[in-house]
Amino acid sequence: MRLEVLKTYKLYIGGQYPRTESGRYYIARNKAGAQLANVCLGSRKDFRNAQVAARGAVAGWSGRAAFNRGQILYRIAEMLESRRAQFIDELLLQDLSQAAAEAEVNTSIDRLIYYAGWCDKFQQLFSAVNPVAGSFFNFSVPEPTGVVSIIAPQNSPLLGLVSVIAPVIAGGNTCIVLASEQKPLSAITFAEVLGTSDLPGGVVNILTGSVKELVSWFSDHMDVNATIYCENDSSVQSSIREKSALNLKRVFFYDKKDWNSEEGQSPYFILDTQEIKTTWHPIENIAGAGGGY
Amino acid sequence: MAAASSQTMLPDFSLSPRIDQVGVEERAARFTTRSIKKESKLNGLKLILNMIDLTTLEGKDTDGKVKQLCYKAMHLHDAVPGLPTVAAVCVYPSMVKVARKALEGSGIKVASVSTAFPSGQAPRDIKLRDTRFAVSEGADEIDMVISRGRFHAGEYNFVFDEIAAIKEACGDARLKVILETGELGTYDKVRRASDIAMYAGADFIKTSTGKIQPAATMPVTLVMLEAIRDFYYKTGKMIGMKPAGGISKSKLALHYLVMLKEVLGEDWLTNEWFRFGASSLANDVLMQIVKEHTGVYQSANYFSVD
Repeated sequence: MRLEVLKTYKLYIGGQYPRTESGRYYIARNKAGAQLANVCLGSRKDFRNAQVAARGAVAGWSGRAAFNRGQILYRIAEMLESRRAQFIDELLLQDLSQAAAEAEVNTSIDRLIYYAGWCDKFQQLFSAVNPVAGSFFNFSVPEPTGVVSIIAPQNSPLLGLVSVIAPVIAGGNTCIVLASEQKPLSAITFAEVLGTSDLPGGVVNILTGSVKELVSWFSDHMDVNATIYCENDSSVQSSIREKSALNLKRVFFYDKKDWNSEEGQSPYFILDTQEIKTTWHPIENIAGAGGGY
Repeated sequence: MAAASSQTMLPDFSLSPRIDQVGVEERAARFTTRSIKKESKLNGLKLILNMIDLTTLEGKDTDGKVKQLCYKAMHLHDAVPGLPTVAAVCVYPSMVKVARKALEGSGIKVASVSTAFPSGQAPRDIKLRDTRFAVSEGADEIDMVISRGRFHAGEYNFVFDEIAAIKEACGDARLKVILETGELGTYDKVRRASDIAMYAGADFIKTSTGKIQPAATMPVTLVMLEAIRDFYYKTGKMIGMKPAGGISKSKLALHYLVMLKEVLGEDWLTNEWFRFGASSLANDVLMQIVKEHTGVYQSANYFSVD
């Protein structure tokens, strides 16, 4: 006879697993009302701490070779694969059917591989050498925008989460993610996958808690560069737009995406959190060299 | 003989109180648990700004850098009206003249390090000339370093005489004595060095140069504050305190204010008796003040570069 050791579901901030500073928790339940776990009810200050961690990680992560970022995303997929059974069990607890749970985990792994591949390729696709009327070599390249705050999809606890995180970090950004409020378990277990994937601390920070309580902090922080919201609550959307205007955050609503389908993955998701930088490099008369720019 | 009678008043520094390390660290940790919110936090933050010695002490300092720092000292963040200025700008002696001119009429003091800062490894006549030069260039305050090597060797008379000689060379300038606690090793020695400095004529005692780790810590500062308190009880003379180095966040600075108030009391809660030696602290405090005003967390991008 032994007592089962139950996991404490905690936050993921700066590569560590702290409890919420507020000391609060809520109970995650399945449809039948059975208690699944006590989950941290994250607070404003948790978000603040996560932002500091995310900002601190930007230079290192965006400075890595794109190929290395791809390797790390691939490593995340490997770690997820090795814990496949655990994730399926957890999704079953959260009311998914066996088939749906398996599909969710499989697609999540494939999606990470997909974005791992894109890490060192989207730049070629979205860069350009531009024709200009002057003696300049003129080119545009995408660069990461910085820190991205994300409110993850509610009904796709793992695949939705992976689908919004992967393109953001593939592009060299760091992020603070608020997990699905009703189905938060997979997000925290996914944080354990991230923690064992050579992903530097602070690149991904995962909070659990109430969307209603935290959304304003996700959108009005002056040191966050872009924000992503995945539900279609129009009052929340307009509030996000308004608060994001404070520092001209980029705002994206992924509210009509079917994460299970092909439209749930695209290099354009990476492009969303990139800034296009154009360089005017003085040169000698380009036509003189017979070039055709 | 006057000298003999003043000598008889001096305590034997080898008998300075021994410090209970565990007790001091526990006590210092307690100060970090006070909750300071809203109005009192805002007042605390403004007081911190007003207590800062905005510092640049680098080999690469130029006239331009010092002028820029002085401008910042006078205009911390003009977007918020009613902010105080910092207490002083702290520079090397060669930069005093530039700072003096840039700060003309602002009421901000010019502090200068001297005595072969930061090592203090120079003959006394050079240290004295260093000090007189800074004063003649217009320094209001002198931050000297003690001879740590001599102190460790037990030559307390040498250290005492040196401080007294520098104090004399300062004239009207206030003297801050840097103990460089990171090189002293134990709290006992910090306490002893504090006692020597105060009896030798220091107006302020200061933890660190900022060039050695660890710099200011709360326990070390507590030991020095207690030395100041004991000195005050014995002589009735107030001595100022300046922790320097490693205090870059407003929350930590607020903890220091709590400690100051609970050890020395309200009389010391002014920049006449307490300073923070810091360069990046000011921006963090400003960001917190704007956060209190607007309710929105701030980004360093919107504040002046240090």
